Amino acid sequence: MSAPAIVPELRTEVLVANKVSMVFGGLRALNEFSIDIRTGDLQGLIGPNGAGKTTAFNALTGVYLPSEGEVRVRGERVNGKRPHQICSLGLARTFQNIRLFKELTALDNVRIACHHTAKAAWLQAVLRTPGFLREEAAITERAEHYLSVMGLSAKRDEQAKNLPYGEQRRLEIARALATGPSVLLLDEPAAGMNTREKADLMPLIRRLRDEFKLGILVIEHDMKLVMGVCETITVLDHGITIARGTPEQVRADPRVVEAYLGAPAAEKHA
Amino acid sequence: MAIVRAWAPIAIALALLAAVNLLLPSLNEDYRVHVLLDVGINVMLAVSLNLVNGVTGQFSIGHAGFMALGGYTAAFLSIRLAAYQLHGIPDAVSQGLFLVLALVVGGMVASLAGLIVGLPSLRLRGDYLAIVTLGFGEIIRVLIENTEAVGGARGLSNIPPWAGFFAVYVGVFVTILCSRRLLASTHGRALLAIREDEVAAEAMGVNTVGYKVRAFVVSAFFAGIAGGLYAHYQTNLAPKSFTFIRSIEIVVMVVLGGMGSISGSVLAAVVLTLAPELLRALDQYRMASYGLMLVLLMLARPSGIFGTREIWELWPLRKKSKPDADRELARPAGSP
Repeated sequence: MSAPAIVPELRTEVLVANKVSMVFGGLRALNEFSIDIRTGDLQGLIGPNGAGKTTAFNALTGVYLPSEGEVRVRGERVNGKRPHQICSLGLARTFQNIRLFKELTALDNVRIACHHTAKAAWLQAVLRTPGFLREEAAITERAEHYLSVMGLSAKRDEQAKNLPYGEQRRLEIARALATGPSVLLLDEPAAGMNTREKADLMPLIRRLRDEFKLGILVIEHDMKLVMGVCETITVLDHGITIARGTPEQVRADPRVVEAYLGAPAAEKHA
Repeated sequence: MAIVRAWAPIAIALALLAAVNLLLPSLNEDYRVHVLLDVGINVMLAVSLNLVNGVTGQFSIGHAGFMALGGYTAAFLSIRLAAYQLHGIPDAVSQGLFLVLALVVGGMVASLAGLIVGLPSLRLRGDYLAIVTLGFGEIIRVLIENTEAVGGARGLSNIPPWAGFFAVYVGVFVTILCSRRLLASTHGRALLAIREDEVAAEAMGVNTVGYKVRAFVVSAFFAGIAGGLYAHYQTNLAPKSFTFIRSIEIVVMVVLGGMGSISGSVLAAVVLTLAPELLRALDQYRMASYGLMLVLLMLARPSGIFGTREIWELWPLRKKSKPDADRELARPAGSP
């Protein structure tokens, strides 16, 4: 199933943050956060609770307007753009606490994510013009494709709220993929998963990257998952980037150990 | 083929309505026809409000305001148009064209107001939006009450009686058709996504601000048309017909029918319009039993008659067999 490796020349910049800071009142929740994600990258963002991971995420996806610095998606500056505009530039995301359209079917969840491909006006929808019908058929086909990629074809007509937890997570990924992204942000994809589901998640993330030629940023709490799947890891603590490198480098970094486990007793007394 | 399927229901419905129209006694002679027209107007109002409250999940309680705007605008226009006649065509056709013109202008004025009310919905949600729409509805009523040009508190009379069964039910049909087809399109799904989860909808590329405003505009347009039709068979309009209570009645229909369910809105509108008429025998207990009926219905079906679904989706025969469910149970999912 492994797709051909991504040619180096195609490793275009998809998501770049340049010294992004978020200031809330007197609190500097994120300080000069920088990251450079290119096609084919599989990067991780970790840090203890309250380190600023979610703040970084929100600043990247347009939920917050960065106080300082610049965010670029595929070379275009997105500061001040609304999330749906950033989405159409090629940035897709999943949510930490699953945010599916619960009452709607799995198919409709994914079809909504194909929304940006639709050109037909409201009047065309009411008159059911041939152009509109063609477009709807194309959207349905596209949505079915992404459902099958995530192994959810059989669940096409199930309401999202009735799916088991693991399938809801997969449906969220299918939905994110359907927006046609160049970069995918996964917000704690392993949250609430058991060991087995976590083990399945690692090859899946790699497969997504290879099959869809994505740059992927995983925000995780779970060190094992991030260490197992990411090639570059950025570590945040109190809004400050304290380390960046391969899993081995990060694991060996004393500042990372300190952030996660606290300073060694001896040093504290010193 | 596609074109036939897109237009066939429209042609069939128009033919049917025209046939029924011939069989019905004329408007002024029969009280039951009048009730039938009231049912039609309420169906239009409920289905159009369902677009905002049920489908998009915004809480608007000012629908009577849009209805009043559309009604008064159309009536004001047609009173003046009644003096003219288009040459070379039969009387009835000329009237019909004038009626359509008056209705469309009324609908457009109402949707303009929808745009103005929709704009605060960018910043407000839930209770706060409800208060804004409530205020809007009352402002419209008070404005009309104090405008002598449209009769002030006395009301506007001598509106040409151009609308009968055919006109009202064409309006009903068009409202349901537009609503249904919109819901089955990418635009309808975008509206539903906003109701389900606004943050996720925005992140999936739905312009939530634009869509909320558009929902208000379309909904107000049809409420305006309903108001216009109402004016043309009542032949008089009074501000007291468009109070806050009227808005609440329509909200009740949408909630009782089930949020987002078009067939639910239609059924609830029919039931709740007929109920006070059928309960007349109960004399002074009439409105009390009407209230009791509402309470019991909501207790029996807390998410409305059809929930968020349509009537045909609840039909047991249409349910697909689910062989995959068994496989799912056999798989040791969830076990560590």
